[in-house]
Amino acid sequence: MKTVEEINEKIKKGKALVLTAEEVIDFVRHKGSKRAAEQVDVVTTGTFGPMCSSGAYFNVGHSKPRIKIGGGKAYLNGVPVYTGLAAVDILLGATAIPDDDPRNAVFPGQFAYGGGHVIEELVAGKEVRLTATAYGTDCYPRKRIETRISLEDMNEAVLFNPRNCYQNYNVAVNVSDRAIYTYMGVLQPRLGNANYCSAGQLNPLFCDPLYRTIGIGTRIFLGGGTGYVIWNGTQHNPCVPRTDLGMPRVPAGTIAVIGDLKEMHPRWLRGTSFRGYGVNLTVGIGIPIPILDEEILVQAAVRDEDIVTQIVDYSQSYPQRESESLGEVSYAQLKSGEITVDGKQVPTASLSSYAMAREIADILKEWIQGGQFLLTECVQRLPSRDSAIVFKGLQEKPFRARNPI
Amino acid sequence: MPTTKIVLRFPPELTDQPVTYKLIKEYDLMVNILRGHITPKEEGMLVLELTGKKQQLNRGMKYLANLGVETQRLSKDIRWLKDRCTHCTACTSLCPVHALWVERDTMMVNFDRDKCIACEMCITVCPYSAMEVQF
Repeated sequence: MKTVEEINEKIKKGKALVLTAEEVIDFVRHKGSKRAAEQVDVVTTGTFGPMCSSGAYFNVGHSKPRIKIGGGKAYLNGVPVYTGLAAVDILLGATAIPDDDPRNAVFPGQFAYGGGHVIEELVAGKEVRLTATAYGTDCYPRKRIETRISLEDMNEAVLFNPRNCYQNYNVAVNVSDRAIYTYMGVLQPRLGNANYCSAGQLNPLFCDPLYRTIGIGTRIFLGGGTGYVIWNGTQHNPCVPRTDLGMPRVPAGTIAVIGDLKEMHPRWLRGTSFRGYGVNLTVGIGIPIPILDEEILVQAAVRDEDIVTQIVDYSQSYPQRESESLGEVSYAQLKSGEITVDGKQVPTASLSSYAMAREIADILKEWIQGGQFLLTECVQRLPSRDSAIVFKGLQEKPFRARNPI
Repeated sequence: MPTTKIVLRFPPELTDQPVTYKLIKEYDLMVNILRGHITPKEEGMLVLELTGKKQQLNRGMKYLANLGVETQRLSKDIRWLKDRCTHCTACTSLCPVHALWVERDTMMVNFDRDKCIACEMCITVCPYSAMEVQF
């Protein structure tokens, strides 16, 4: 049994044993989990995949004379931002697209540029075009502004993602007779291919499946800089069927994260375009797991063959919200490049980059070994499988006039 | 026998010419049509794999040039922008000739240009614009 404080003391002295979630698998195999739990201090994890509930908010500074962008309209490189905040605070969503983008008018649309791409360009140090119109007030007389702006010019630029880092995700297939264009990529007819999206054994929430160490206040690698877990993510759904080791068999937990965009790097925040679907932001996240006891270690050392997920048809089941699984497969099978669905051999591909997830786990390991990244004890745990959370669909209710005319 | 992959561009007045037929019949070439986009009275594009004796290939190419068909070697056309690639592997299961493939140890994507038939599937599926076509 160790505490986070004790582990941090070892990190400061350069004596902590830090392994990635891949390296720890062999370590446990050789040493046994009891001895390994005593020796290993931290396991680093990583993931790099499209995470659509992402965005950034900015304070762009006050122009002279002043303009109240709040309540008006504003764009960054033609991409609309949310202005329902204070005078010069704006919020850019990863999936926002320019008003004049043709979308799916000619199907499948390209969705070449949107919020995710603006974030990538800003992080790369580029200037973007800020345009805004306002209604004008006595204290904010100006009605229009058009200027170039970079992250350096802004007071604050904060990456703020309400849902990232999905713990497990569906494998998407298409049983229909035509190609379909989804957020899980292009899916060929008659089970032509299967796409998955998880780093499996490197995924942070698989390495701490019951959220024993990852919680509100956990310091993380976010987009190449430092960030924090600030809440559970939207759609956090911990009460799902799990394996004996606690691994959810279906999409389950999520986290909301925040961090200073000015310290991030474009390698780890990438604008993303899905043909026929839309725009997204691919986010790099790495989370350290303090090895406080043997159970935490055993879970952090989980292998791809011990993590499973469901195969879901995206031509009918998913769009119609029917929760039918075409079968269960392990991440080891998915990563082999081929799975069997309905007796048919189906080639697999991923949307989440395992190679980059591995790089993130390595970088985080270096940061911790170098003493520049200390672990945090979370200030509040995320709801877990004992929370009785029910994942709700939207029940449509007809309007009823209260005062019939 | 040598094989070459070429991209043919037809001006509108040549789209009704039986070019493939002549390449086979008069120049004794094996023709494999990899891609085609020809609309009568508009510009046309054809991607061919030609196999034959070197001399016949040269004569066939000369015939196309004299006719006014623009030709270009195919291998120049699809580019993998390695810096933009995130190695997500989304392209690899849809590449019909496995020119894009995954090295399983590293889970990194590789591109064999020689195998590429320029079907452009990778351009449709790559979320990061890491594949580029230049006709």
